[in-house]
Amino acid sequence: MESMAGKRPALSWAVNLSAAALVLLWLIPTLGLLVTSFRDKDQILASGWWEAFFSSEQTERFRTDPGAQAQVGAEWVIEGVVLPKGADSVAAWGLKATEPGALAPGETVDLGDGASLTVNEDGSYRLVSQTEVEDDRRIFVQSEVPPSFTLDGYRRVLTGEGIDKAFFNTATVAIPATIIPILMAAFAAYALAWMEFSARGVLIAIIVGLLVVPLQLALIPMKILHSNLGISGYLGVWLAHSGFGLPLAIYLLRNYMAGLPRDIIENARVDGATEFQIFFKIILPLSFPALASFSIFQFLWTWNDLLVAKVFLPSKEQEVLTVGIAKMMGSKGGEWDLLAVAGFVSIVVPLIVFFSLQRFLVRGLLAGSVK
Amino acid sequence: MEQVAQAFVTILIGVGGCALWYWASNTVLDTVYPARGPNAGPNISKANLIRPWLFVGPAVVILGAYLVYPVFNTLMRAFMDKTSTSFVGFSNFSWLLSDGKFHESMLNQLIWLLVVPALATFFGLLAAQLTDRIRWGNFGKSLIFMPMAISFVGAGVIWKFVYANSDGNQIGLLNAIVQALGGEPQHWLQLPFWNNIFLMVVLVWIQAGFAMVILSAALRGIPEDTIEAAIIDGANPFQIFFKIKVPQIAGTIGVVWTTITITVLKVFDIVYVMTNGEWGTQVLANMMYDLLFDQSDYGRGSAVAIVIMILVLPIMWWNVRNARKELR
Repeated sequence: MESMAGKRPALSWAVNLSAAALVLLWLIPTLGLLVTSFRDKDQILASGWWEAFFSSEQTERFRTDPGAQAQVGAEWVIEGVVLPKGADSVAAWGLKATEPGALAPGETVDLGDGASLTVNEDGSYRLVSQTEVEDDRRIFVQSEVPPSFTLDGYRRVLTGEGIDKAFFNTATVAIPATIIPILMAAFAAYALAWMEFSARGVLIAIIVGLLVVPLQLALIPMKILHSNLGISGYLGVWLAHSGFGLPLAIYLLRNYMAGLPRDIIENARVDGATEFQIFFKIILPLSFPALASFSIFQFLWTWNDLLVAKVFLPSKEQEVLTVGIAKMMGSKGGEWDLLAVAGFVSIVVPLIVFFSLQRFLVRGLLAGSVK
Repeated sequence: MEQVAQAFVTILIGVGGCALWYWASNTVLDTVYPARGPNAGPNISKANLIRPWLFVGPAVVILGAYLVYPVFNTLMRAFMDKTSTSFVGFSNFSWLLSDGKFHESMLNQLIWLLVVPALATFFGLLAAQLTDRIRWGNFGKSLIFMPMAISFVGAGVIWKFVYANSDGNQIGLLNAIVQALGGEPQHWLQLPFWNNIFLMVVLVWIQAGFAMVILSAALRGIPEDTIEAAIIDGANPFQIFFKIKVPQIAGTIGVVWTTITITVLKVFDIVYVMTNGEWGTQVLANMMYDLLFDQSDYGRGSAVAIVIMILVLPIMWWNVRNARKELR
């Protein structure tokens, strides 16, 4: 296959370019969130995230403050500073919204009635009047604002908005909800792969069938059953996640274990090892790749889950990240900065898991679907 | 810190309790029927009858409680009233058939079922084919695969920024592009019909990587000689791709297609966080959630759940049939 592209440079270029375009297309939305999460609250609303890397021209409107005027000799003087946020110098200024950059810094303009106004490059202004000033005046200031990034959003979200708590709640849900079904599934998969008993075939068929049952069906019956049994909080979520993850876990692990060499297991049995010993000393270590694959699936799934957490963890104290973010998105307030940070905080752990353990994930996917 | 400690303790209790069961139950079995002594033979065979059930027991109980029982329980509730106190026959289903929101959900669900698996498979195949032929292919692959790790909620946030519409300077990428091309900025998520497509794009973005990984493995499994023969016969790259490669991986394409179809049938989070089914974007899973939890109508909500289940049944039947064939 490689040879085909290699033989024709033009084709090879086309392939490289289209691949790059596709990868960029897939990467850009996430990149947008990452960049946005490091931007200033006002900047997020003022310009697109892709403009964050360039210095931007910003115009801001100020008003002179007549309350700050002082009498100097026969004149009334107002002094102050007009600088757009993040800027350190004035590029141009003006008095009308239609011509916000009509005047150069340092220029003095006659305001009529013997008054004059100067705005300097450093942003300081001086209004001089022959009579006492009664009204405020608008000044439009344009500046080049250099690109700037901030950790403010992260500071706010991680300390004040309950997101830090939600982060640990999510971990509290996800870790046991990953380990418990693996434990159960490993035992069950071993029995289904290597122990002879009558119900085996039927059980396997049922598990394959359960692979596709929509978990939505289970919500109401389980919620009611849980409240009848007095199960609540984390225990309920763990059990629910275990239940929904088990079919895939058993299916993957059984397929893998069934492929292990028969000799090893039978030799161990002949040598007098108990089933428990065989399971712990031989099967589990050999099944490591399959265990790793499933645990990544299950961890990503439980970390990312919204529906199960919403239904089974209603208390505010135990709110997980996805639920918190969904609420932020629902409330119409334009808190884009908090949303961007919270969104990124919620995806950072899955991304780390994904990039560090990708090969197990791929292996698991292939074992689960390619026949 | 207290939260961390608390989480750690709960984790220990949960996992430890589970491990304890297997250890204790096996120890009890070995004590009651020891594999030594005068009765070793009969004891072993008795223990062998019981032990498989100790191993599969917890899994069977949990599966029964969390998947099998709920299916039947939901089926029953679908024929009962709002609070599941008395049977009402088919009235929940006839209400569904007359309800405008349900028609909308079914129609949208159908479009989702057609568009998402098709586009995700198409892009997956394209990505697999392109990245398999270049030197930085594996790097490219993991970037396209990455959205798989992102939650639907996270994806919702990410795409909300893409679709954003603001006054003045556009902060949404899509609107900025449209504006740069001379178009008019839009409220994309409120645009009738097309907003559905914009929601679908999010799922395609997530699922294409999955399709790519599987299809790429299948493409590599194609015997070289079939391709070489085609090259010798003078086939061009497109012919090789569509006439030689695609037919050979048709089975895998089918698997990818059905897997994504299942995901689409259950799609809830994306619609819930981005539009909550407003502006004509309702789908079955979100409608069910709305009926069950916002309106507390167990009868109608369960009826919608049963509709989803019915849509899944053919795939379930097909899977079980294949699995049984393999076991033989």
